[in-house]
Amino acid sequence: MKLTVLYFARLREALGRDREEVVVPVDVTTLAQLRAWLVARGDPWAGAFTEIKRIRGAIDQAMATDTTLLRDGAEVAFFPPVTGG
Amino acid sequence: MPVRVQREDFDAGVEIAQLRAANSAVGAVACFIGVARDRNDGERVATMTLEHYPGMTESALEDICTKAKSRWNVLDVLIVHRIGELRPTDQIVLVAVTSSHRGDAFDACEFVMDYLKTEAPFWKKESTPAGARWVEARDSDDTARSRWAHDNDRR
Repeated sequence: MKLTVLYFARLREALGRDREEVVVPVDVTTLAQLRAWLVARGDPWAGAFTEIKRIRGAIDQAMATDTTLLRDGAEVAFFPPVTGG
Repeated sequence: MPVRVQREDFDAGVEIAQLRAANSAVGAVACFIGVARDRNDGERVATMTLEHYPGMTESALEDICTKAKSRWNVLDVLIVHRIGELRPTDQIVLVAVTSSHRGDAFDACEFVMDYLKTEAPFWKKESTPAGARWVEARDSDDTARSRWAHDNDRR
């Protein structure tokens, strides 16, 4: 499955990139599994995802939970808790 | 139900006049303006830079407006949120709600802000004498939002 992964705010800075294209294995089907797969690649993902607390995710521009399913071609985003307003 | 994300400042008077102009059913307008402060968590703040997630921001704000309209007798909801670099005293966000009576307008306006604070993908970075830092999300914002989980629309 091919995915576009976007990063915002502190997470973007910690990773030194705002997006990447990834191809994940077939057993990566949920948001939590994608996160675990990214972290398993080592640093900077492992460090950033551990250091920054309460990282949230969105799939196709809608807030997602750990169990939300991915789809081929999806735009997935990870970011720290929001602080607008 | 307009939602705008923009760098430019806004004129709340003009926005409110436009929002209620064509609707003689409006009996109440409640509005909230969020403003950049000169201090946060004990540090002096020189500038604040707002980042967002283009596309998702707009749909998240529209979703919040839809929730407010389905819960209260609201005629219209307007959200204008600024991005980019802001300085103390600058306006950050405007929420304006029109309704026939004040109760719905007051409650819906507060609901929209409480949801915006926890659901809309904006992030603030402050520049202070100690260096630049990302603003931390506050537990009190989650608490404010969770009040609305109950069915008591009038608290």
